[in-house]
Amino acid sequence: MSQPGGGRFELDIEVAIPPRGITCVSGASGAGKTTLLRCLAGLERPRSARIEVDGAIWHDASRFVPTHRRRIGYVFQDSSLLPHLSARQNLGYGRVPSDAAELAKTVKLLGIEALLEKLPRQLSGGERQRVALARALLGRPRLLLLDEPLSALDIARKHELLRHLRGLPEQLDCPIVHVTHSPEEVARLADHVLVLEQGKCVAQGPVAELAATRRFPVDSAGAEGVVLEATIVGHDRHWRLAEAEYADGRMLIADPGVATGGAVRLRILARDVSLSHSAAAHSSILNRIATTVQRIEELADGAMCVVHLRIGAGTVLLARISRKSAHTLELAPGSRVHAEIKSVAILQ
Amino acid sequence: MSFSAEDWQAIWLTLRLATSATLLLLLAGTPLAWWLARTRSALRGPVAALVALPLVLPPTVLGFYLLLALAPAGPIGELTAALGLGSLAFTFEGLVLGSMLYSLPFVVQPLQNAFHAIGERPLEVAASFGAGPWRRFCSVALPLARPGFVSGSILGFAHTVGEFGVVLMIGGNIPGETRVVSVQIYEQVEALRFSEAHWLAGAMVVFSFLVLLVVYGALGRGAIPGMRFGS
Repeated sequence: MSQPGGGRFELDIEVAIPPRGITCVSGASGAGKTTLLRCLAGLERPRSARIEVDGAIWHDASRFVPTHRRRIGYVFQDSSLLPHLSARQNLGYGRVPSDAAELAKTVKLLGIEALLEKLPRQLSGGERQRVALARALLGRPRLLLLDEPLSALDIARKHELLRHLRGLPEQLDCPIVHVTHSPEEVARLADHVLVLEQGKCVAQGPVAELAATRRFPVDSAGAEGVVLEATIVGHDRHWRLAEAEYADGRMLIADPGVATGGAVRLRILARDVSLSHSAAAHSSILNRIATTVQRIEELADGAMCVVHLRIGAGTVLLARISRKSAHTLELAPGSRVHAEIKSVAILQ
Repeated sequence: MSFSAEDWQAIWLTLRLATSATLLLLLAGTPLAWWLARTRSALRGPVAALVALPLVLPPTVLGFYLLLALAPAGPIGELTAALGLGSLAFTFEGLVLGSMLYSLPFVVQPLQNAFHAIGERPLEVAASFGAGPWRRFCSVALPLARPGFVSGSILGFAHTVGEFGVVLMIGGNIPGETRVVSVQIYEQVEALRFSEAHWLAGAMVVFSFLVLLVVYGALGRGAIPGMRFGS
């Protein structure tokens, strides 16, 4: 599609969004993320576009399906509820094909039982977003659009809503498009990532792949890192640790309270990985992994570099070290080196 | 003494006139206000200025042109003659039409401000909930613009009650047909019947004060969109 955006850029994007799971649209402010979402919703009418959802054409040269006929769920950044209606009336407004059982189930799922008789202005930001999410689910959308639904929330509410969002693909058999500028949200939520820059899609792919190739933006220097999908294979009750198995090995993590066989998403930041030639284990490091250097990327400041490492057949790890260290260790593509992982973030 | 039979006739006529004009204005003014609040058309400025014109024009000017238009040879007169209604000049119906023009900004501007204050978001939310344009207007825009309807109705009604110049120009002074309260007072003062004029004049002061008290007081402090003129 292409859409003029306030004279500053044109949205010029051609992407296919996976039919299931969460696709995070990431990019700086003004990159066109919200415009993309509004075009998908029919709230903006791009000059020319072709939008096809699940076999139905919503927009092309001869057709433009208006928003109310698109069967979408849309959670806006701020207010996604009708201000003069109670939460319950909002849930029942418009085309809601649900029955009482489905209503009860959704209300319970999002923990909004006690909020139903209140007006939106009597709810906190997090409560409003949960009601909005419930309304979106009840509409059985063919496309769920989330426009930075977490941005107005404090940290505690953010984590609570993140949990609900992460569970969405199990509830909803449709594409979920989540716009965010937060790399943290991308790492936690995304199955698939689109990176927008100046109205163009500069990278897209599964989150682990994009993280490993450093093609999605990070919020601060040193926050680049990889995302690993892993399965819990054992617990060490005494030390409160769990063993997580990823594609090419295992590592010890703090016990996330997930049963054996459960899935976890791990994030390892480049600044939490140091490199050494010795395999000696006399340190506090729990996870020491044999890797092969793929390439060394020098950073703009001239002092630091990011070393791209490979574990086994394909798992990628990033390490942020000084150029001096890389020189001392005589690192070069193909070198064997031990990666010492100082900390692992458990995202789900 | 108190109100005479003639006074009561004038009061009743005035209330009928103000009620008719206000109801018709709400009907005609709502789509106009909606259009003014939402259009990006270049016509918005000129139309808004036309709507506001009765705020600044002397009522005699408005009345003069209306009289010409309503006369049998005028554009409205020809139309009403073709419809078999005859000329509306010096009739109650003519007064209703004149009052609608005269009070137009007092109804349209509060509505326009109220529609404008709703913003796009609630309407977009309703669209995402599957509501079409008509449903969005009825179930979202109208209820959210309620303060505008309340203040527009009150101001339109009160302003029509206070009308004098336009009535005199196009309605003259026909008891039971066009002699409203303000004309009746004028009549009494002309005839130097001051004590009778006091009753009606005093009633108008009390009525107007009560209306403004409701608008400024009971409806909430500073929350009346109608009290900000212009947009």
